[in-house]
Amino acid sequence: MWHVEILDAKTKDKLCFLDKVEPNATIGEIKSMFHKSRECHLSGKSLKDEDVLQHLPVGTTATFYFRDLGAQISWVTVFLTEYTGPLVIYLMFYFRVPFIYAPKYDFTTSKHWVVHLACMCHSFHYVKRLLETLFVHRFSHGTMPLRNIFKNCTYYWGFAAWMAYYINHPLYTPPIYGEQQIRLALIIFLFCQIGNFSIHIALRNLRPPGSKTRKIPYPTKNPFTWIFLLVSCPNYTYELGSWLGFTVMTQCLPVAFFTLVGFIQMTVWAKGKHRSYLKEFRDYPPLRSPILPFIL
Amino acid sequence: MASSEEDGTVEEKENNNKKRTKSALATAWLTFYNIAMTAGWLVLAMAMMRFYIQKGTHKGLYRSIARTLKFFQTFALVEVGHCAIGIVRTSVIVTGVQVCSRIFMVWFITNSIRQIQNEESVILFLVVWTVTEITRYSYYTFNLLHHLPYFIKWARYNLFIVLYPLGVIGELMTIYAALPFVRRSGMYSMRLPNKYNVSFDYYYCLIIVMLSYIPLFPQLYFHMLRQRRRVLHGEVIVEKDD
Repeated sequence: MWHVEILDAKTKDKLCFLDKVEPNATIGEIKSMFHKSRECHLSGKSLKDEDVLQHLPVGTTATFYFRDLGAQISWVTVFLTEYTGPLVIYLMFYFRVPFIYAPKYDFTTSKHWVVHLACMCHSFHYVKRLLETLFVHRFSHGTMPLRNIFKNCTYYWGFAAWMAYYINHPLYTPPIYGEQQIRLALIIFLFCQIGNFSIHIALRNLRPPGSKTRKIPYPTKNPFTWIFLLVSCPNYTYELGSWLGFTVMTQCLPVAFFTLVGFIQMTVWAKGKHRSYLKEFRDYPPLRSPILPFIL
Repeated sequence: MASSEEDGTVEEKENNNKKRTKSALATAWLTFYNIAMTAGWLVLAMAMMRFYIQKGTHKGLYRSIARTLKFFQTFALVEVGHCAIGIVRTSVIVTGVQVCSRIFMVWFITNSIRQIQNEESVILFLVVWTVTEITRYSYYTFNLLHHLPYFIKWARYNLFIVLYPLGVIGELMTIYAALPFVRRSGMYSMRLPNKYNVSFDYYYCLIIVMLSYIPLFPQLYFHMLRQRRRVLHGEVIVEKDD
């Protein structure tokens, strides 16, 4: 039998002393004695629920530090909420619901066909995201801090409203290069949507259901995944491409801003992921960049 | 073998020297910078006093010091750089927000909306800024020279209690006075239709800026009060952390 001492990570107060712990108890089991979501670490190194007590670098008396992460919410809930917003909001602007534009335009439709196309693309994008959240993604963490849902929804819903206002505005100006510009943009958009979906499927297939194993992603038979040769996070690369396509299609500055901000955030995430790949796998392919081949 | 070992230790010594000379260089630059800024704001203070004594009115005072003010206030942008490269231990974002709000007041309000340049509120915030900056930069200067007179420390952590709210009042009154002129001239604004499919109304932007003082000012004020308690009375206040 082992002894486990649990201290508060911040104040170092003794929270609990467990003197009859099985050596093969997992961290998850020890955590469940607290009935609260807490992060457990061993003087600096964060531990996972699956870790087993006797395999940790401790003697027969282990000291764990617990940190209360605060109110949590599941990733699935957050994703569903933050993606449903833009879908609904954009459609409200598209159908020119009252109180947005001048009353004479209520429930009218735009005379530009690119506006209808843009609505279809935008809606398709978010429906795809919702379906992927429900059926494709395998999440490493179950939950995130509750405050994130407010932050994320403000971002997604706010930008969706800002973009949709101008694209569906009665005084909207269609792209200067007309059909050519729109067609090219649509091709880029669709190409990147398929690419993004392919990457999500490839990442899902790396991980057996219910497990939390981590492996290096490699190109598969699907040509859209061959970008793995050059990039660690091609899902972000394709996402950037989709929004660039949408920007060119609508020729709308708010969309360009949204693309830029998203690109900055995704680059931060891609660099983090790239770094953790390099740390975890000795044999990680050296040719890969985090998000843009050879550049970033 | 022996020579490579020697090389190793020589390299190490060079790296340590590089670290020491870099921080000596940083200290030298920061000292020069803070002395220069103290001097600049002193010059501004004296120019303002001389104008008022000679002319007996504040009308035309802004125009007379406008160039000096723009130079020294804009130069303060380098402080963001100091935080970014780490030679000053302050958050880049906090410094960035503070400097940007000053730049905004100088370039986008007082400089570009001539009709409000003779308002009393402009003199109010100019006086507040001048006293604050002279105190702040001389505090940093003396700190870097390791000879901080207590009265400078006292001034830095006490004057703000009165100056900060006064400055906010001056700034808000100035923006408010500028509103009708902004609306009439349509400056910095863009209307539909245009090929970028975007619109911007500087008038409503200013209203939002004024409203943003409501959440921001108390946060910054209480932050300064906490700093004051820590520095002057050695109290350690455990802040609610995430």
